[in-house]
Amino acid sequence: MITLRLGYIPLIDAAPLIVAHELGFAAEEGLQLQLVRLGAWAQSRDLLGAGLIDAAHMLVPLPVGQALGLGPALPVLDLVMFLSHGGQAVAVSRAIEDQLRAVGHDFDFADARRAGLALRRVVAGRLRVGVPFMFSTQLELIHHWLSACGFTPSDLDIRTVPPPMMAGALAAAEIDAFCVGEPWASFAVEHGIAALLLPGTAIWSAPPEKGLVLRHDFVEDRPEQSGALMRAIWRASRWLDEPDHCGTAAEIISRKDYLDLPSELAERGLTGRLTILSDGETRDVPGFLAFNGGAASFPWKSVAALFAASIARQHGRAEAPAMQAAMARFRTDLYRQHLRPAGAALPGASLRVEGAIAEDRTVPAERGQMILRADGFFDGFTFEPPAGPASTN
Amino acid sequence: MLKKLLIVVVEPDPDRAQSIAEGLRGAGDHDIRIIAEQTALARRVAELRPDVVLIDIADPSRDILEELALASGPSERPVAMFVDRSDEQLTRSAIEAGISAYVVDGLRPDRLKPVIDAAIARFHMLQQLRAELAATRAALEDRKIVDRAKAVLMKARGIGEDEAYALLRKTAMDQGKRIGEIAQQLVTAAGLLGR
Repeated sequence: MITLRLGYIPLIDAAPLIVAHELGFAAEEGLQLQLVRLGAWAQSRDLLGAGLIDAAHMLVPLPVGQALGLGPALPVLDLVMFLSHGGQAVAVSRAIEDQLRAVGHDFDFADARRAGLALRRVVAGRLRVGVPFMFSTQLELIHHWLSACGFTPSDLDIRTVPPPMMAGALAAAEIDAFCVGEPWASFAVEHGIAALLLPGTAIWSAPPEKGLVLRHDFVEDRPEQSGALMRAIWRASRWLDEPDHCGTAAEIISRKDYLDLPSELAERGLTGRLTILSDGETRDVPGFLAFNGGAASFPWKSVAALFAASIARQHGRAEAPAMQAAMARFRTDLYRQHLRPAGAALPGASLRVEGAIAEDRTVPAERGQMILRADGFFDGFTFEPPAGPASTN
Repeated sequence: MLKKLLIVVVEPDPDRAQSIAEGLRGAGDHDIRIIAEQTALARRVAELRPDVVLIDIADPSRDILEELALASGPSERPVAMFVDRSDEQLTRSAIEAGISAYVVDGLRPDRLKPVIDAAIARFHMLQQLRAELAATRAALEDRKIVDRAKAVLMKARGIGEDEAYALLRKTAMDQGKRIGEIAQQLVTAAGLLGR
């Protein structure tokens, strides 16, 4: 048995790592996993860089920021697969909830344009929005959605708030709204602090959320261990996508050693049945959180380019080199090499036009056919990735 | 003469904060401020304009400081940059000690190193204290649970205290587990059986 140390932040989308360990998918690959619960995304990045953990559950845009030179000078980090899509929710304070109702908003929890325009009508000054990290899918979703609904950069004040502190910051009126991964949006509703306005998937149907990240030298020097880890986690994520497994999964990840929260709270995000208002009103969101289906785990280089272009614009960097640098860190080549033997469906290309698939679609795969998840943006936005040296494989 | 360095320690636990400050005072004549409140952390730090910010590597508030490390535009004085631009070994030692440091751009390495070294030494000491405290707590918990398990055995099997303890110890040895674990299992099972 080879022992690997895996860092994770206590969120429901850490489930593939926890399940790989608890249900024996890792042991089948000859791996003993030591799961290390971490407190901050920066800690995850630093421990990984320093070699104190071997792999990490990480926000997909985090290694992109690192590739752009916007973090500390640590060894190069590679993202080898996505762990999840979705799982985020946008929440507003109770005061804004009342104002939205006053202008006739019905909290359908589905129509991003209507929700955004209603918000535009009721917010007078700057809207202060909490996101978990400055390189996060949450920040990208908020940016994209509110910009498309008439908020200019000067209308927005986007701030980093660690997920466990999100509810508290909203209660203390330090922020007016937030976008966070589950279970922290449900947690705020449960405490009567927030109303949920939208799931992340209402803004972008398949927003890549977490990825499995390792050091570049590790994946190059230890291909057997990297491959074993990827296969164990990929099988765990396939297990997690079965609707029948949500209850068991919620129970496992909620244990004291992991999330240490009531399993009912974790189950909401896993099933996509969310309580959105403090009066107990619920909404069903099909595909709220996906781990594996529809090639969800394939780390498209075009996603790297999309995030890199956006981050480069926000931080005053040139877009073209940023996109090339980020694409080189999304290791579709390793995904193909290590997950082909496990039977993962492999797309013919490693980059695509993002946002172009309105509905789940069957496409030719490396062998036979595969289904790709719908990935449309609410406003019809599409992103064409650049060609270049880093775009092959 | 060089201006004093302004060092901010972000630490909610007052005892730990004092201990870190004390360690830093041994490293030179610096101006040391402690921030215990997480509310408006970014603004507080930005207003102080420190030369060095020290924070526990696992503190979730770190992610707020990360933003500050990048927020400085070309016209502003950089609030803080990562320490590790200059000295990879120092960074590694700091990470291993469980500390993260944000350092103002352009601070001379010879002024920085003694500060970071002192912080590392102090964090190591605190780490050890924390481990000892956790071990003591676990031992205390074990003793409590073993007492309850003994009581369960004494009642169920009509045996004396010494005999009950011997039985627990033998079972633990046979199964290659800690006696506390066996006791916990027994107490849980007894609870389920309503005894």
